[in-house]
Amino acid sequence: MTDVEIISLVNDSLIEEFELDESAMVSEAEIFADLGLDSLDIVDMVVVLEGLLEIKIRDDEGLREIRTLGDIHRFVITKKRETETAAD
Amino acid sequence: MRRVVITGMGAISPFGRGVEELIDGFLNDRSAIKVLDRLSDYDGLRTRLAALVPGVNDKDIARNKRRSMSRQSIFAVLAAREALNQAALPEALYDSGRYGVALGTTISSLETCENFFADHLVDKSFSRMKTSLFFKTMNHSAATNVAQFFGLNGRLLAPAAACATGCQALGYAYEMIKFGIQEAMVCGGTEEFHPLSAATFDLMNAASFRYNEEPTQASRPFDRRRDGVVCGEGAGVLVLEELTAAENRGAHILAEIIGFATLTETGSIAEPSSAAMQLCMLEALASAGVEPGAIDYVNAHATATEKGDIAEAQALLELFGEEVPISSLKGHLGHTLAASGGLETIATVAMMQRGELWPTRNLEEIDPDCVGPNIFSGVRKGSVNLVLKNNFALGGVNSCLVLKSVDKL
Repeated sequence: MTDVEIISLVNDSLIEEFELDESAMVSEAEIFADLGLDSLDIVDMVVVLEGLLEIKIRDDEGLREIRTLGDIHRFVITKKRETETAAD
Repeated sequence: MRRVVITGMGAISPFGRGVEELIDGFLNDRSAIKVLDRLSDYDGLRTRLAALVPGVNDKDIARNKRRSMSRQSIFAVLAAREALNQAALPEALYDSGRYGVALGTTISSLETCENFFADHLVDKSFSRMKTSLFFKTMNHSAATNVAQFFGLNGRLLAPAAACATGCQALGYAYEMIKFGIQEAMVCGGTEEFHPLSAATFDLMNAASFRYNEEPTQASRPFDRRRDGVVCGEGAGVLVLEELTAAENRGAHILAEIIGFATLTETGSIAEPSSAAMQLCMLEALASAGVEPGAIDYVNAHATATEKGDIAEAQALLELFGEEVPISSLKGHLGHTLAASGGLETIATVAMMQRGELWPTRNLEEIDPDCVGPNIFSGVRKGSVNLVLKNNFALGGVNSCLVLKSVDKL
């Protein structure tokens, strides 16, 4: 799966899960202020992303640094690659 | 003693969205009961009938509010919104701590539980569980969703007494205001249909299935050919407030609640007891300071079960003799369980306002064991000033409200 494919998959999944407007899905969008998510949503987002990409991120300290949609993309791409490397 | 009046009503019912749709269904003598094809997928379930709410658009509720709502919470919120819009309580007081919520369900959202466990039991994993699961399935989920949605921060009551839930919620809300604990209450019951509800009645030989091919003939309270309950869904929500406060703000008063009782029959968890029903009715009348002979109409619980209808008819005969008119609305709506107390009270208030009484749909030949009390046929015209509203439940819970028309305030 390419980075672009991962981003597309993540965006589609977040749009469906949180009923987001496609036009709001820009990398600089702040997840709280711009996308209107809150702390409960973040918990659910982790569940969605783990299932979607077959990664484990729930206990990852890096989650705390996420501010924007672009941060989410970079974070999950990194985790996906780590998972793939570990599997190899 | 403080007096308590109804100033708002909201309904989500098998007849559709809103009080107007509900009343229209009765005025046109419609049946809300339909064949639900998917019930044939279940082994061991004989009934194919249900009275479901048609076409509710839950996107009316913002996602961040809706995420904690099961279908029955959504019904409750939509019904509460209609009731609050009609009542037009001052919104500045919503967070005063003086406006509360009393609203219940038979059971937490079975649909939500089923969906969760269907996935969870594949591998017993909790890794796919979302936060919304708990908030949708709390026993007080519907009540707190209503409170959260509207910002009503007073008392929160979530009574659960199966088919008596809605009536109990109205009664407890009435007492909250009567005794000065709250100024206004949003109250009632809500129910989402699940095959388990139908199966529970079916198991006890108390669900209708002989009319699977003629759904509009099913649910026949007091009728000789009745064969049980048809389960339904919906929400009936009312706004109650203290009389003087309502008058001072120029509210449109719909009716007054003047008495309430709820008692528990401990002889059996399932068998209806005529004596216990009668005692509950008497207690409600006593709390209202009203003699049985003064009652103009009884809105019966009568769900079309073999034993329940007979027990209620016998209690009504002993208490009211052969004159006081009696009907059940479950021939039209089916049995909306926790929602029935609210929805039927709303319909009863509408009858009081219109000066007419609606008969029991599908009552063609009265059961010989129900003969005696005045279970009338045909629409009756005339003033309806004092009413007794019954709701009884599995689990031995009985509950009764006494209502008074605005004309007699």
